Amino acid sequence: MDDVRTGISDDGELRWPAEGLTHIPDWLYTSEEIYARERERIFLGDCWNFVALEAELPEPGRFKRSYVGDVPVIVSRGDDGDINVFENRCAHRGLEFCRVPRGKTSEFICPYHQWTYDLTGRLMAVPFRRGDRGKGGMPADFDMADHGPKRFNTAIRHGVIFASLSDRVEPLEDYLGPETCEHFDAVFAKGKLRILGYYRNRLNGNWKLYHENLKDPYHATLLHVFLATFKLMVAGQKSAMITDATGRHATAASARDDDLEVDAKTAEEMKSAWRDGLTLEDAKFMEFIPEFDSPWTVTMQTIWPNLIVQRELNTLGIRHIVPRGPNALDMYWTMFGYEDDNEEITNHRLRQGNLMGPSGYLGVDDNEAIRFLQDGLRRSLPDRGIVMLDPGKEGDTDTLISEASIRSLYRHYRGVMGL
Amino acid sequence: MLSELSPVERRDLRLLIEEFNTAYARVLDEQNVESWPDFFTEDGFYRVTARENAQEDLPVGLVWCEGRAMMRDRAVAIRSTMVFAPRYLRHFNSNVAVLGIDEAGHILSESNYLVLETLMEDETRILQAGMYRDRFERVGDSLLLSARDCIYDSLLIPNDMVFPV
Repeated sequence: MDDVRTGISDDGELRWPAEGLTHIPDWLYTSEEIYARERERIFLGDCWNFVALEAELPEPGRFKRSYVGDVPVIVSRGDDGDINVFENRCAHRGLEFCRVPRGKTSEFICPYHQWTYDLTGRLMAVPFRRGDRGKGGMPADFDMADHGPKRFNTAIRHGVIFASLSDRVEPLEDYLGPETCEHFDAVFAKGKLRILGYYRNRLNGNWKLYHENLKDPYHATLLHVFLATFKLMVAGQKSAMITDATGRHATAASARDDDLEVDAKTAEEMKSAWRDGLTLEDAKFMEFIPEFDSPWTVTMQTIWPNLIVQRELNTLGIRHIVPRGPNALDMYWTMFGYEDDNEEITNHRLRQGNLMGPSGYLGVDDNEAIRFLQDGLRRSLPDRGIVMLDPGKEGDTDTLISEASIRSLYRHYRGVMGL
Repeated sequence: MLSELSPVERRDLRLLIEEFNTAYARVLDEQNVESWPDFFTEDGFYRVTARENAQEDLPVGLVWCEGRAMMRDRAVAIRSTMVFAPRYLRHFNSNVAVLGIDEAGHILSESNYLVLETLMEDETRILQAGMYRDRFERVGDSLLLSARDCIYDSLLIPNDMVFPV
């Protein structure tokens, strides 16, 4: 008999549980078949994928290794100043030829047989194309214009570079939608960026769990003891989950209220997440210096399918999700400020960086929770998870105690994936 | 300008730093994070950053502490707020190179470090391989760090780094 609970039929076909969006089957996070379909229909489908910041490629010749989904690409600035994104794969035998994370060059040369590409990814030279002393060589009709790495369409919004293999994807502004653009622009239209540095970590969890985690405000007040105890986010404070019309992007927004009193009822609901009496000796690192055209002190944006924009008080960064099979993802962090920042605000951003990242007061909690979650999904008896909070709602919410945004995402996802 | 050191002076300083690092590693092996700030001067600086940042002169830190107070706050955060699976950590330090003494009398040195991490049901793995770039202050017969920059080669961090290195 088909298992209506786990969504796995007798013939092995994967079907979403009959209850609908409130029930998410385990196989969504562990199946190789689902992962392959996501690669084709999402990352290489009608999506704009984040690949780089323009601030990383300030002049012609600068390039960066990057990824669209799990596909390695090169992002470069050509001699004409335009941005190019093309596959990091030699047209000859398929080598991933660019091995340097970032740099400056006038051309890319595959080391194996010296096939040479210009900054736009066009094949420029094939050694011994006409052979040697009348022998060997490529066929006479070999045309270099017909051979070269796959090129991606590009779109840029306020210095943030996106790439797509699709010719049908809507313009970037429409893809993001007005709600996402508003909060995105608060960070990126403010000024030219100054890169402060990078970090990378591998999470042992499915890539979608990272999106869900940031579309799940419920966990913020319960998992993150630091956030709650030091009143960066507590039930009762002004907050919103702003979801775009398609359901795929979201902005988790909150406004800090230093005068908010945590009443006995809230403290009791929060159980061990509330540690009364803890204090910081050097709390200045948590100060918020107002600088953004926004009513919110914190916005965390999930931009489908591979970008997180972090504006946590004054510490700014993007996180680039690189999926590594169903059970892992790599997170590439780029932290930044603005070109016109003075030393004081730069140092403040760096101090506040302690909150986030692979050693962050909040970051560690999320990484550990996602691993525990993947362990449960991967190793326990097949079952499903439930996302029932805030019943009947999808899209925007103004309570932290809601899973409406996760359901919105999966309405969109199921359509694209045919599930 | 760094002042010249005689071979004997250099050896004595190296032994002093090796003893310091042995004590430092023992405290971190025990995850005694409350005692970790005691290895620094009151306004000592501590940063952990990827080698790619150090090479490109990018300032960001996984951990960024200006002074003991921020280090003690990190200890509070780890002990009382952060959620993580239990683990064992083992710290190794070697190849102490004494670079010299700067004009303020600080001893500059560099050394390698390695941290092994063991989760309860996983094989032991390398959490981090890197180098300390240190500036020590002499306090009587012993040393305190006025700056420790931990520059790691292991760019792809396995999940997270809970404790300082």
